[in-house]
Amino acid sequence: MVRLLPLIVAVPLLGAALLVALGRHVRRAVAETAGCACAAGSAALAVGALVLTHGTAVTWAGDWRPHHGAGVGIVLVGDRVGLGLAALTSLLVVAVLAYSWRYFEEPPRGHAGAFPALVLLFQAGMCGFALTGDLFDAFVFFELMGAVGYALTGYRVEEPRPVQGALTFGFLNSLGGYASLLGIGLLYARTGELGMAQTGRRLDAAGGPDALVTGAFVLLVTGLLVKAAAVPFHFWLPDAHTVAPTPVSMLLSGVMVELGVYGVARVHTTVFAGPGGIPAAHFRRTLLVLGVASALTGAVMCWQQRHLKRLLAFSTVAHTGLFLTGLALMSDGATAGVCLYVLGHAGTKAALFAVTGILLDRYGSVDEHQLHGRGRGAWRLGLLFALGGLALAGLPPFGTALGKALVEEQADWLPLLFVPVSAVTGGAVLRVAAGVFLGAGPVPEERPGRQETAGDEEKPETGGLLRWLPAPMITVAVLLLAGALAVGTIPGLAEGTATAAAAFGDHAGYLAAVLDAHHSTPAAEGEWWTGPGVALGLLSAALAVALAVPAVRRLLPSGGWTGPLRRLHSGHVGDYVAWTVAGIGLLSALTWW
Amino acid sequence: MTGPLAALPYATAAWLFLAGVYGMATSRNLVHAVGCLSVTQSSTYVLLLAVGYRRGATAPVFSDVPTSVPVVDPVVQALALTDIVVGATVTALLLALVVQVDKGHGTVDPDELSELKG
Amino acid sequence: MTGRVRRWALAAGLAGTAALMVAAGTGLPRFGGDQHPYGARAVAASLRQQTANTISSVNFDQRALDTLGEESILFGSVLGTVVLLRQTRDEHRVRPRPERVPAALRRYGAGLLPVTLLIGLYIVAHGQLSPGGGFQGGVVIATALHLLYVGADYRALERIRPLGLFELVDGSGEAAYVLLGGAGLLAGSAYLANVLPHGTFNTMASGGTVPLLNAAVGLEVASAVVVLLAHFLDQAIEITDNRKAHR
Repeated sequence: MVRLLPLIVAVPLLGAALLVALGRHVRRAVAETAGCACAAGSAALAVGALVLTHGTAVTWAGDWRPHHGAGVGIVLVGDRVGLGLAALTSLLVVAVLAYSWRYFEEPPRGHAGAFPALVLLFQAGMCGFALTGDLFDAFVFFELMGAVGYALTGYRVEEPRPVQGALTFGFLNSLGGYASLLGIGLLYARTGELGMAQTGRRLDAAGGPDALVTGAFVLLVTGLLVKAAAVPFHFWLPDAHTVAPTPVSMLLSGVMVELGVYGVARVHTTVFAGPGGIPAAHFRRTLLVLGVASALTGAVMCWQQRHLKRLLAFSTVAHTGLFLTGLALMSDGATAGVCLYVLGHAGTKAALFAVTGILLDRYGSVDEHQLHGRGRGAWRLGLLFALGGLALAGLPPFGTALGKALVEEQADWLPLLFVPVSAVTGGAVLRVAAGVFLGAGPVPEERPGRQETAGDEEKPETGGLLRWLPAPMITVAVLLLAGALAVGTIPGLAEGTATAAAAFGDHAGYLAAVLDAHHSTPAAEGEWWTGPGVALGLLSAALAVALAVPAVRRLLPSGGWTGPLRRLHSGHVGDYVAWTVAGIGLLSALTWW
Repeated sequence: MTGPLAALPYATAAWLFLAGVYGMATSRNLVHAVGCLSVTQSSTYVLLLAVGYRRGATAPVFSDVPTSVPVVDPVVQALALTDIVVGATVTALLLALVVQVDKGHGTVDPDELSELKG
Repeated sequence: MTGRVRRWALAAGLAGTAALMVAAGTGLPRFGGDQHPYGARAVAASLRQQTANTISSVNFDQRALDTLGEESILFGSVLGTVVLLRQTRDEHRVRPRPERVPAALRRYGAGLLPVTLLIGLYIVAHGQLSPGGGFQGGVVIATALHLLYVGADYRALERIRPLGLFELVDGSGEAAYVLLGGAGLLAGSAYLANVLPHGTFNTMASGGTVPLLNAAVGLEVASAVVVLLAHFLDQAIEITDNRKAHR
């Protein structure tokens, strides 16, 4: 079974290759079925590996196994967290391909399989990134998901906005990727290794960290933080989400951004967590500052949006901030909480995007103001959307709430950040649900001259406006939300996550498993719902409702004080590049002192 | 090379990265900005090849030299090859997007693209 | 955002990044030093595998998984470009006009095309022996075909460039690499294992799977570059945009 790990990456690649080779000769339905089958095959492999293997599954591509810790090959490491992310990615890709069944008006002429092929390549990039144990190989898969991601984001070239959003995405992610590669080059100069475990072992042998190790760390995590959309590297994300086709937004927000967070944690624990790496206090401080800043910025900006996809995009920035904050605590309990939070968030956020996509295809708009009251008949959609909002706010027993509760238990001050941030993002969704599906409150007034992106110019992604709700789209949304619910209600999952997190954070254990084939399974007690955890979840859900009600009635101030923050999100690629390089400076300062 | 000149290849890599970033941030033309991104990327080629250089060594190809001669590090050369392919294809993709930006907005000046904000 | 804020953010960021790089640079090993542990192991492994071009051994044997990702980036980018530069509803095609080309240029193109094609094939085929391989040779092959555009005109290029066929080859090259990797599994070893006999050092039949993977990449790169350039050239020559005309 372990030898088959590379197939999780290879199967989607083969599917994409065949779809392109035969694209001119197959009908659309055949191409889409084949795409779904390949994605599902890869999902089955990832889930199978998760169930059938124990501990850390290690396999060397080309059978280039190291001798006495020294080798020339690339290692794939299917530890619980890596395999779990590969499984999550693959399952979400299956959901997305099912959702986009007959989705776009017509595929590019002669390229019936172009969209599923791109999604399969995206899947391969993400799975490869989750499984690789080699720094340069991680860069290659990082670039694969990047390149395919830009193309998918700009898919609707007929409209002016998507290409602009995709271009911003491309510039910032490429810049981040090259910074990472410089970091990899610095590490190679010092250690003469590319494998994460090998590099970590050499750094530990070399003694304490110096300026080169710090510089390599900062440059390396820059690219990963750009992918993770941490403030101030986040500017590309709202623009890309605003314009990307809905199924693509589901993947970007559901897993790709989280893979950036995973990359930061993975590279840190394997390479920099030992005595030769970055001092723990410095790492904690760096991640805390960025995490809290992202959570607050995301929440404030999310509340200000009227473009539904942009609103959801900023809520992803906020939740990514919470993930980073959780990982900054560097405890197994917090990591386990973040893992569950990521699983629950993926289901919830993808479901919310799915419903938004249906709104767009049915009413030709994703603008909160324009849609006011138009969804009155669609109670099922409204229910789904409101449930998604409550899940985002952290209503038990959704997986988001369980993950949030497990992290909050780690320190007394954490609820002060987690409760308001999740309440604001959930409350913004509830505000939209009440306005659009219940027609509650007065029709929002236009605010001319305000710096904002409206959602009334978006075009439906299906041939014309839909008159009924397509069964695949609704089913996928329901299943995704049910998945988020399952994460919080299946005890076995929480137990497995606790074991996974304990192994994930074990620097020496990872090195031994990869280089010496020495496996140890750290014992971990699975945490479960506690009284305070449930109470905090209920509190943030209640707070979300309490925010949404006066907001619908227009009783809250308009938030003019957020003007300067909104103006920073200018859509100008030059501005964003400047902020990215300023972020490198900020990271240097935080890591150095 | 000895003395301060020995740091020149490394300094070149740093300079290319910074110059490319400066160009991207201040560019008034998206085609030019894509070019600046390539400049930024070339810093990675220079760093990788500089790290793998070995004084007095030849290319790591043994078709016409005995296998005993010292050669430079072949790993960084393989990495640079991968990097070049990545750079070329991403550049093509970004230029394709610029073509469509020009069609959709009638301009390639980032100062005049203001659809996404706030 | 005002330009002033951007300039300050940029200046501060560049200064911070420069400081970081200078500080990190002080820890770098001396330029041209002898210590290259991975490089030394890679050279030894390459010689054991009977591959004279050690870079090819790294790319197509020792770190063949990287190259699978690299090839897939090329493949995905070209597919992405095809999608992004497709002819949209508002656009239509005009047939390119025949162009007059100076006789000297025509002779130059006609003479150079077969030579370039041959060089490209040579570079792909000798990837395990001498500098070059599938990526480099593939680009040369694609360049050879485009000499027809320089030496004749776009119509001539289009005649020898059936895009359907090139897309078939593009996908087949990618599929061949993935499947050759699977052969390693079927032979009872690992994915992308070099399971063929390694042959005799410094001959065409050396390196085991390295020449086969090189050939797969060569096919993919040559056709991918042709497809890629076709879509850019179409934009420049054939596709006219009604939207732009209306503005």
